[in-house]
Amino acid sequence: MSTSTLSRPRAAASAHNAPRRGGSNRSGGFASKLTVNGLLIIGSAYMVVPVLWLVFASTKNAADLYGTSAYALGNFSLFENIANVAKQDGGLFFRWLGNSVMYAGVGAVLGSLISVMAGYAFDKFQFRWKDSLFGFVLVGVLIPNTATVLPMYLLASLVGMTNTVWAVLIPVLCNPFGVYLARVYSSSYVPAETLEAARMDGAGPIRSFFSLGLPMMMPGYITIALFQFVGVWNNFMLPLVMLQDQQLLPVSVGISIWQGYSVPQPEFTPMVITGSLLSILPLLVAFIMLQRFWKSGLTAGSVK
Amino acid sequence: MATQALTTTVPRRGRALAGTGGRTAALFLVPFFAVFAIAMIAPVIYSLVLSFHSQQKSGLGFGEAKTVFVGLENYVQVFQSETFVEGIARLGLYCLIYIPCMVGGAVVFALLLDASVAKARKLFQLLVFLPHAVPGVIAALIWAYLYTPGISPLVQALQGGGIQINFLDAHMVLPSIVNIGVWEWTGYNVIILFTALQAVPREILEAARVDGAGEIRAAISIKFPLILPALSVIMLFTIIGTLQLFTEPSIISKATASVTSTWVPNLWAYDAAFIRHNLNQAAAASVIIAGLAAILSLAVTRLSSRMNKS
Repeated sequence: MSTSTLSRPRAAASAHNAPRRGGSNRSGGFASKLTVNGLLIIGSAYMVVPVLWLVFASTKNAADLYGTSAYALGNFSLFENIANVAKQDGGLFFRWLGNSVMYAGVGAVLGSLISVMAGYAFDKFQFRWKDSLFGFVLVGVLIPNTATVLPMYLLASLVGMTNTVWAVLIPVLCNPFGVYLARVYSSSYVPAETLEAARMDGAGPIRSFFSLGLPMMMPGYITIALFQFVGVWNNFMLPLVMLQDQQLLPVSVGISIWQGYSVPQPEFTPMVITGSLLSILPLLVAFIMLQRFWKSGLTAGSVK
Repeated sequence: MATQALTTTVPRRGRALAGTGGRTAALFLVPFFAVFAIAMIAPVIYSLVLSFHSQQKSGLGFGEAKTVFVGLENYVQVFQSETFVEGIARLGLYCLIYIPCMVGGAVVFALLLDASVAKARKLFQLLVFLPHAVPGVIAALIWAYLYTPGISPLVQALQGGGIQINFLDAHMVLPSIVNIGVWEWTGYNVIILFTALQAVPREILEAARVDGAGEIRAAISIKFPLILPALSVIMLFTIIGTLQLFTEPSIISKATASVTSTWVPNLWAYDAAFIRHNLNQAAAASVIIAGLAAILSLAVTRLSSRMNKS
């Protein structure tokens, strides 16, 4: 049900595209084929090579890192590096990874639910000041996050909340762009007639949201949650400002602290590199598995 | 519930759904607006308030500091600060290099991907999107190593070719940081533009082909104008994102002295708050950054709506 509603607008787009793709246009000669695909390969290589370097570099110990050619295998020290990362400060690195999962997970699951509820209300309900409230939300999309971080830190210190998980968790629940996306999803995936029928059958608005609206919007919910997850996982300035206790840090800030150590102590460098690789693996896996969702999210965001 | 059912049996035009008045809507909206108030409205108001005040110590600096209303004085001081003005100029230069490179690169790559002779579109899409899965901190770290002589294959290869470049010296560090941004964001925007290109009606392209337009001609004069709306959304988010520049320079600053602690306005504000302990100036700087974002995004929106009309 939900998947078929998701693919509806995209199917329409690809349907009239199919013949074009299907090779009706064979006029492009060998030269143009070579040029186009050659440029695509060069562009993709630019995107991929730095990540590949990270993979190779994480298999080297400090001596090989500075000694051998970058893509040559030195002594294979990946597992040794991972062991060093795990040993440092009593497994602090995995604590950081866990914190990142927690911040990003809560932000994604709960934050997106909050956004989806608001977007659904903006689409399906009639109430006073609807347009001006929505205008407020859109202004929120445009305010740079980093401009609110410092004042938020000051507010948090007024109420004694800095250096607690709440100082990071509460701000990441706010996703105005998610509300905007949810409104788009709600209007395209949840027919008003269905909700009207549910109401006739005696379901209240809350019940019909959770048993009809939300399941129908599930692909949209997952998309918003995925983007929210990545956004929180990547967040650097907020936790950097809010948290001092190393036990509470997400992996992004933790790694940057190690990078600071590695300037005077080069033996930290393999740990920074291996730690970086370990910290992007969860995201890479999530992206490859959830391709369908991020693509639909990018579409909904740009078409409006 | 019963009264609600009674009143809604009367058909009312102009209402999306009956029985969904303000009170129900409030239930759905309150959670969002609660976090919105905490994470957006309160910080904006608080930084406005702070930016108009100052901490002043009486006499010789002993005793409690007093908060005094100083009007625009903090703003004047921020704009008189040489490092802040330099930071703004540097950010402007960064935008001038970054935006054409990134957006132009994304447009070209998306058009190439949409060309009829392109192969393996799915694989290429996945590969160009890869950097988006890499957090900004890690991206900056990877490139910081790729710029560091002794560890970098890039520097080594260039030296092998007889080219000596120090990516992290005072002149090169700005383009080097631009490159990190380009690497992080081009692929993301390629996907948006490619999706917009897929919605271009086939009939139009077919007609152009019959009229003798080649692939490149069709890309420039037909496909490109049709993806302008998507492009203006991209411009909007790119400008807002660029003003937030913080992560990459703060990581690179540990690898080179060329990036100072006040290199861009955001770093300046961070430095003001945590190193110089002048919260009021930090707040004024934050307000200036948000104001710049507002002005620029308004300009982009105006410009794009005018372009769409004509």
